[in-house]
Amino acid sequence: MTALVIDIFLLALLVLIAVMVVRTARLFAVIVMSGAYSLTSAAIFVNLDAVDVAFTEAAVGAGISTVLFLAAMAYVPADEKPRGNHNLVAALVCVIAGMLLLGAVIELPTFGDIAAPVHQHVAPRYIAESGSALHIPNIVTTVLASYRGFDTLGETIVVFTAGLGVLMLLAGITRTHKMKRHSDKVSRPGSPKSAAPKSRAKGGSA
Amino acid sequence: MKNNPVFRVVAKILFAPIIMFGLYVQFHGDFGPGGGFQAGVIIAAAFILHALVFGLDAGRRIIPLSVNIWMMVLGVLIYGGVGVATMMKGGLFLDYTPLTGSVGSGQHLGILLVEFGVGLTVTSVMLALFHAFAGFVEERRK
Repeated sequence: MTALVIDIFLLALLVLIAVMVVRTARLFAVIVMSGAYSLTSAAIFVNLDAVDVAFTEAAVGAGISTVLFLAAMAYVPADEKPRGNHNLVAALVCVIAGMLLLGAVIELPTFGDIAAPVHQHVAPRYIAESGSALHIPNIVTTVLASYRGFDTLGETIVVFTAGLGVLMLLAGITRTHKMKRHSDKVSRPGSPKSAAPKSRAKGGSA
Repeated sequence: MKNNPVFRVVAKILFAPIIMFGLYVQFHGDFGPGGGFQAGVIIAAAFILHALVFGLDAGRRIIPLSVNIWMMVLGVLIYGGVGVATMMKGGLFLDYTPLTGSVGSGQHLGILLVEFGVGLTVTSVMLALFHAFAGFVEERRK
C-alpha cells in the first residue's frame, strides 16, 4: 500500500516535471528539470527494487548528463525559439500514437506476474544459476558481464566510439582555433591558412 | 570559481572520497549494486568537479588529452583482451571459467577485469566529452 502511494506520488511528479520541461523556454531551467526528472525516475526504480538501474540513472542521468548538457549549452542560445502557430497534423499524430500506446499498455501482463513471457524465458536459469553455479551473488552483474558479456563489450565500444567522435569534431576545432590565434599573434604572413588544415588533421588523428 | 574559498575547500575535501566511493562501486560490483558504468561516471565526476573549481587547464594537467585518449583505448582493449585470453586458454570468447580453471575464481577474475575495462573507458570518455565541450567554449570566449 505504501509502495503504491509512493509510486503514484513519484509518477505524478514525473508528469509535472515533463509538462514543465515542455512549457519552459529557458534552456538552463530545462536542463536542471531534466536532471530532476532523472532523479525522480531513479527513485521509482528504487521503489521497484531495481537498485542497479536506479544507481545508473542517478549517476548518469541526473549527474553527468546534466553537467555535459550545461557545458554544451554555451554553444546554443539561452532561450528556445518561440513557435507561434500550433500544427494540427502534429497534434493528430501525437493523439493517435498516444492512443496506440495506451492500447498496448492494456495488452501488457500485470506487473509482477510470474507467468509473463519475460519471466519464463532465460530469467529463471539466471536466477537459479548465478549464486550457486557461478558463485556471484549479484545477478545483475552476472547477466551484464557473464551471460551477456558480448552485449556489454558492444556497449563499451559504443561509448568509446562516441567519445572518439566528439573528440575528432570538437577537439580538432579547438586546436585549429588555437593555431589560428597563435599565428595571428605572431603574424607570420600566410601561416593561418596553411596551418589550419594541417592542425585539423593532426587533431583528428591524435 | 577558483578564487572562492568555499568552493576550493569543498572540492579539495570531496575529491578523494568521491574517487574512493567510485573504486568501491567498481570492485564491489559482483556483490552489491554497481559496476564499471556507474563507477566510471562517479570517478569522472570527481575530476570534472576538480576542473570546474580549479579550471580546465588544472584538470588537463592531471590527465592530459593524450593520456585520456590512451585510457579510452586501453579500457576497450582490456575488455576484448579478456575475451581473447579466454579463447587462448581453450574456452569460448568471454567465457571466464578457463581463466583460472575453476568456475568460482575464474568468473570473479573475468568479471573484475572486464568491469575494470568498462570503468576505464567510461571515465575517460566522460572526461574527454566534458573537456571537449567546456574547452571549446572557453576557447571561444577568450
